[in-house]
Amino acid sequence: MALLQIAEPDAAAAPHQHRWALGIDLGTTHSLVAVVRNGAPECLLDEDGHTLLPSIVRYADDGAVLIGRRAAGQTGAIASVKRLMGRGYADIPNLASNTLELVEGDGMVRLHTAQGVKTPVEVSARILGALAERARARLGEDFVGAVITVPAYFDDAQRQATKDAARRAGIHVLRLLNEPTAAALAYGLDRAAEGVFAIYDLGGGTFDLSILRLSRGLFEVIATHGDSALGGDDFDHRIYCWMLEQARINPPSPADIARMMRAARAAKEALTQDESTRIALTLDSGEAIDLTLSRATFFEMTTLLLEKTLANVLAALRDANLAANDIDGVVLVGGATRMPHVRRAVAEFFGKEPLVDLDPDQVVALGAARQANILAGNRDANEDWLLLDVIPLSLGVEMLGGLAEKIIPRNATLPIARAQEFTTARDGQTAMSIHVVQGEREMVADCRSLARFELRGIPPMVAGAARIRVTFQVDADGLLTVLAREESTGVAANITVQPSYGLTDTEIADMLRASLAHAADDRDARALAEARLEGEQLLAATASAIAADGD
Amino acid sequence: MAITVTEAAARHIEKSLTRRGKGIGIRLGVQTSGCSGMAYKLEFVDAPGEEDQVFECHGVRIVVDGKSLVYLDGTELDFVREGLNEGFKFNNPNAKAQCGCGESFSV
Repeated sequence: MALLQIAEPDAAAAPHQHRWALGIDLGTTHSLVAVVRNGAPECLLDEDGHTLLPSIVRYADDGAVLIGRRAAGQTGAIASVKRLMGRGYADIPNLASNTLELVEGDGMVRLHTAQGVKTPVEVSARILGALAERARARLGEDFVGAVITVPAYFDDAQRQATKDAARRAGIHVLRLLNEPTAAALAYGLDRAAEGVFAIYDLGGGTFDLSILRLSRGLFEVIATHGDSALGGDDFDHRIYCWMLEQARINPPSPADIARMMRAARAAKEALTQDESTRIALTLDSGEAIDLTLSRATFFEMTTLLLEKTLANVLAALRDANLAANDIDGVVLVGGATRMPHVRRAVAEFFGKEPLVDLDPDQVVALGAARQANILAGNRDANEDWLLLDVIPLSLGVEMLGGLAEKIIPRNATLPIARAQEFTTARDGQTAMSIHVVQGEREMVADCRSLARFELRGIPPMVAGAARIRVTFQVDADGLLTVLAREESTGVAANITVQPSYGLTDTEIADMLRASLAHAADDRDARALAEARLEGEQLLAATASAIAADGD
Repeated sequence: MAITVTEAAARHIEKSLTRRGKGIGIRLGVQTSGCSGMAYKLEFVDAPGEEDQVFECHGVRIVVDGKSLVYLDGTELDFVREGLNEGFKFNNPNAKAQCGCGESFSV
C-alpha cells in the first residue's frame, strides 16, 4: 500500500498567526515573488532594491552559479529557459537561432554548461531558489508554500516540469495558477458576480491574449492565442533598425549592436513619458549617432507589431465565439503595455479603457500572492465577500444501495468545484437519477435531501461502460450547482440549489453530533449496503452472461 | 478499543514532532474518498478536540476522533521502508479490500 507522511492539521491558521505564502511569477525574461502583507499583496525587493529578477542563470567555470543580474550579458548565461520546460529536443524550433547549446536527452531537452549537462528543470529551480531565498531574507521567516504561475497554454508536461523545479528548490507548491487568472485576481475581478475578461499580456519576448470567463467565483480560460516570438524586444529592434537607416552607418560590431540596442530600449522607455527623445552615442568606429525620435515616428514604425497582437486578439475572440464588446474588462500585463500607443490601441479595439492601475510587470505575481494567501489558510478580515466561507456539511450524491457518496467534504472553503465520475449499473441503461444530499451520515436515508434530477439520453452500453461526470460547484454565496454530463455524447443536465438554506446553526450541530453518535451503526449499514450491492451486481452479471452464452 | 504504533513509527513521530517544533502528537483518521471507499489521514495535532480519544504508545500520543475510531480500532501504525520510499503504513484489521494504488480501502 501507499506509504503516508504526517501532514499539517488542515484547520485554518489560528488567529494572529500568519502563514506566509508566496506568489511567484516564473517568467521567460523576468521572475518575481510577492506576498500578502497586512492584507495587501506586494512584491518583495532583492537586496539592491529590484523587484524583477532576470530569469538568467550562469554556471561558471569555477563552480559558482550566478543568477539574475549578475549572470546577465555574460558568456554561457542561460536565458529564456522557460521556453524549454517540459520540451523534448524535437519540440524546439529554430535551434540555429538559439544561443544555448542543447543536448538531446531522455524526454526533456538538456543544456550544455560549464558545469556539465543540466536540465531546464534544474535551471528553473535555481531561479525559484533565488526567489525563495529573497523571500526568507525579506520576511525573516520561512513560508508554507507558493503559488507559481504558468501560461494558460502550458500542457501537462510543462506544468509538471514547473512543479518539479519548485520541488528541487525546496518549495512546496500550493498550486499552479494560470498567468491570466492571476492577473484577474490581482485586480480583484473575482469579486464581480460574473463576467468575461480579456488579459492582454505583452512581455519582453512573448505575447499572450487570454479570455477568461468568471462564473460563481471560478475562472475558466475559454480561449488563448499568442505569439511566442513577439514582445517588447521587437519594439526595441524596430528603433534599432530605424537608427541604422537614419544614421547610414557601416555594419556595426557586436559591441556596438549591444550598445545601440540598449539606446533603443532607453528611447522606447523615454517615449512613455515624453513626446520625443534624443538618441546620441558614439560607436567604436568613431561614427557618431545623434538622432531625435518622436512619439509619432515610433508609433508609426511599430504599427505592424501592434496589428499583429490585435490579430491574435481577434483569433481568440473568434475561438470564444465572442465580439469585442462582449468583454467586460481588459487587463494589461507585461512591461511593454506601458507604451501609450499599445494602451490606446487596446482601448480602441475593445471600446473601453483597460485596467492599468497596477504595475503591469507585477500584476501576475500580485495575483498569485493573493491566491497563495488564501490557500495557506489566511483570511482577510476585510474580505466580507466570503460570507459563507466553508461548507458546513458534506455534499454528495446517492449511490446504488442507498449509500451517500460525498463529493465536497465538510469544511471545504468556498468557492469550490469538485467532479467525480460515475457509471451505469445496468446494461442498456439510458437514464440516471441524480439525488443530491447533504450530511455526514453514510446512508442517504439519514442525510438531508436537497434535490433530484435526471440525466436522460445516455447511449445504451453495457453496465459500467458509460462515463458520467458529476460536477458539484459551490459559489462564494453558497449556491450549489450540480452538473451531470455523459462524456461520450455530451448530454448534460444540471440543477441549482442553496444547500444551507433553512438550516440553523443548531440543526447543523445536531446533524454533526448524530453522525458521531451513529458512527458504528453507519459503518454496519454501509457494509450491509455494499455487500447487498455486490451480490446484486454479481447476480446481474451472471444473468447477462447466461443470456449471452447460455446455449 | 485501542490504536497502537510500532517502535519504529513512534521514533519517527517523535523525530517529526521535534523537527516541527510544536504539537502534542499525531492524528489518525479516515475520510470517505478515494477509489475504494475510505482513505487514511495522518496529521500533526496541536490540541485534541472534544470528540477525540487519545492513546499513548511507546511514548507518543495518538489522537483519533470518535467517528474514525470505528474504522480504525485495532490498527497498528508502522513505519517502513519500501525500496526508495519510506513512510507510515496502517495495519488495519478492519480493512477488507484495498484499491490498486493503496490510497484507499474498504471495510
